[in-house]
Amino acid sequence: MSAQDRSVVGSSVVNRTPAETRKIVEAGLRKRNNAERRFHSYGMLGVIVGIAFLFYFFATIINDGTSAFVQTHVKLPVSFDADVIDPKGTNDPQVWAKANYAKLIKNSLSELFPDVKKRKEKKTLRQMVSAGAPFALADMVAADPSLIGETVEIWLPTDDEVDMFNKGKIDRSVPEKRRRVKDNQIVWIDQLNEQGRLQKQFNTTFFTAGDSRDPEMAGILGAMKGSFFMLLVTIVIAFPLGVAAAIYLEEFAPRNRWIDLLEVNINNLAAVPSIIYGLLGLSVFINFMNLPRSAPLVGGLVLALMTLPIIIIAGRSAIRAVPPSIREAALGLGASDVQTVFHHVLPLAMPGLMTGAIIGMARALGETAPLLMIGMVAFIVEIPGTPFDPATALPVQIYLWADSPERAFVERTAAAIIVLLFFLLVMNGLAVWLRQRYERRW
Amino acid sequence: MKDSLDSKISEQAAEVAADELANMQTKQKTMDENEKVQNQETGKQGGKQAAAVNARSEQRADTVGSPVVDGDIAVSVNDCNVHYGDNHALRHITMNFRRNEIVALIGPSGCGKSTFLRCMNRMNDTIEAARVTGEILLEGQDIHSKEMDPVLLRARVGMVFQKPNPFPKSIYENVAYGPRIHGLARNKGELDDIVYSSLERAGLINEVKDRMDDPGTSLSGGQQQRLCIARTIAVNPEVILMDEPCSALDPIATAKIEDLMYQLQENFTIAIVTHSMQQAARVSQRTAYFHLGDLIEVDDTDKIFTNPGHRLTEDYVTGRFG
Repeated sequence: MSAQDRSVVGSSVVNRTPAETRKIVEAGLRKRNNAERRFHSYGMLGVIVGIAFLFYFFATIINDGTSAFVQTHVKLPVSFDADVIDPKGTNDPQVWAKANYAKLIKNSLSELFPDVKKRKEKKTLRQMVSAGAPFALADMVAADPSLIGETVEIWLPTDDEVDMFNKGKIDRSVPEKRRRVKDNQIVWIDQLNEQGRLQKQFNTTFFTAGDSRDPEMAGILGAMKGSFFMLLVTIVIAFPLGVAAAIYLEEFAPRNRWIDLLEVNINNLAAVPSIIYGLLGLSVFINFMNLPRSAPLVGGLVLALMTLPIIIIAGRSAIRAVPPSIREAALGLGASDVQTVFHHVLPLAMPGLMTGAIIGMARALGETAPLLMIGMVAFIVEIPGTPFDPATALPVQIYLWADSPERAFVERTAAAIIVLLFFLLVMNGLAVWLRQRYERRW
Repeated sequence: MKDSLDSKISEQAAEVAADELANMQTKQKTMDENEKVQNQETGKQGGKQAAAVNARSEQRADTVGSPVVDGDIAVSVNDCNVHYGDNHALRHITMNFRRNEIVALIGPSGCGKSTFLRCMNRMNDTIEAARVTGEILLEGQDIHSKEMDPVLLRARVGMVFQKPNPFPKSIYENVAYGPRIHGLARNKGELDDIVYSSLERAGLINEVKDRMDDPGTSLSGGQQQRLCIARTIAVNPEVILMDEPCSALDPIATAKIEDLMYQLQENFTIAIVTHSMQQAARVSQRTAYFHLGDLIEVDDTDKIFTNPGHRLTEDYVTGRFG
């Protein structure tokens, strides 16, 4: 049936003039523009909602956590009595280390508050200073023995409840029974403040100490080192294996059903819940291979297994993106397959590989579930020296502190979250920078 | 030399146009006779192209002219067939290449010229679906034998590709890569010698001697192609295969590379695939015409362009189809 056979009344669809067509398009234009605007606004709305949540999250965490970066200290006049430190005059550092420094603090407090006589009151007074203060004094004497016999004004950390009160986190108006800070303690705190003996100083302990029952003595160094060792083990194992697997699958593997099956499996592994890797780690690495429990080595191995599929997948697409003309040029010159891959393909695919590796590592840094299974959730005070020492990891430390009852741990948990987020942002920022810098180099 | 050939070609075209009608009638007769054996679809299309195809498929693959010549032979190809899966892309190719001679491979698109070229340095090995049969001898050695390492073969038979593909490394590194992996230089001094002399022979040295560390990709198209040629000759091959080296270049760059070919000819055997018949006429001594996987005619370039032996060759060089 040709065009002429159809009955024609006026201008049919086929015979329209440009002017008529233009009128029709113009008529529909307003509706189309409205639809465009709606779509734009939905997009904006989505972005704004996302950013709003992110903002709220950051604001809450920062609000809770920044106060943990300062710690209230009290300035006490400590006289390093030779009678207390070294009564027998042995001049032996071991004797000095074991001396009763708590007594020195008691004496110093008595000096400041001579009116406090009753035993119970004295105890309450003593509890205002951190339980770790005596150890600080012992360290000072060990570092500088000339202190013995001297009287020095020293800043010592206060107990966590005093710290909280001083930061305004404990309400004065609450009845005493429901408060952790007693009324007489409040009086003393006010007195110390007037004398200028109470000051909030930068909380170096947070970054130099391991975990502790006392919040004012607790730090994340142990967790940071544990995480660091873990990531080290992860990258040393996962990166070479992942790159090698990606190269083999992309360049040298034959195309048959077995390789297809392998590909499907690798893609699935990337989506397996991380706690299952923890179970695998428990049964294989700890039970079967008898590796030390709670060690970053085992944590690193488990996380390496988790990161491997990500690196392989990212690696394959990076290798695939290298133009075949480069390979042909290399082969045409007489380079072998392996030489072509290592001299030409790999350097060009490296940025993509590194980005994939860094993103995989960033994910590994934040994983907690597999670590729970292999025992890195213990209360470990010592800071690990090697990947074989028991350790904990940052996300696990956050979990443990979140569980603790002391009020001071609330702010420390938030502070640890800030530190963790900082490292994640740095790692992801590095990945983005690398990607931008090395893209389209040819 | 070049001009007279050009004028001869246009003369030829005029002549052929006059004879066209007479030829068509005779061809029609043969077509009617063969129609029962032929494919019905091709018969429906009609036209000269279809007629040519039909005529071709009926004749056996006997190459017109002198595909196999005497003399000092560099490469000899005997009954080479290439299959891409089920597609029989290259059929029963037999020809040889004299030493220090330039042979042009011409033909319409998709006729197998590039495939044939890639057979000679076993680049078709990299294509999974490709299957190459037949005997190809380089200086008398079978390149498909187990003793012949493809890596060594490709060092002896170099290739220049259609689109310039310098490595994303410095100009120096581009040229130095081949000698380095084959161990052709014992120290930096020798490597420098090889690099600079290759760039000189490629006619590029004056333009790049001040920026040897610049990336190879920062050069212009023509310079990049000359860099690729320098890279190829740095390995000192015996044969250079060129796959439409000037198709991505402007006329001035093309002229430079053609001049380069005359100089390279003194030391290398060159096989060049080209779409430009003028280029084939300018640079080559012998020309081979391919058509849909068959080698139709091989002969001296003069003869191919002035007095081709086969009907299809004539149609092609006179521009009847291309």
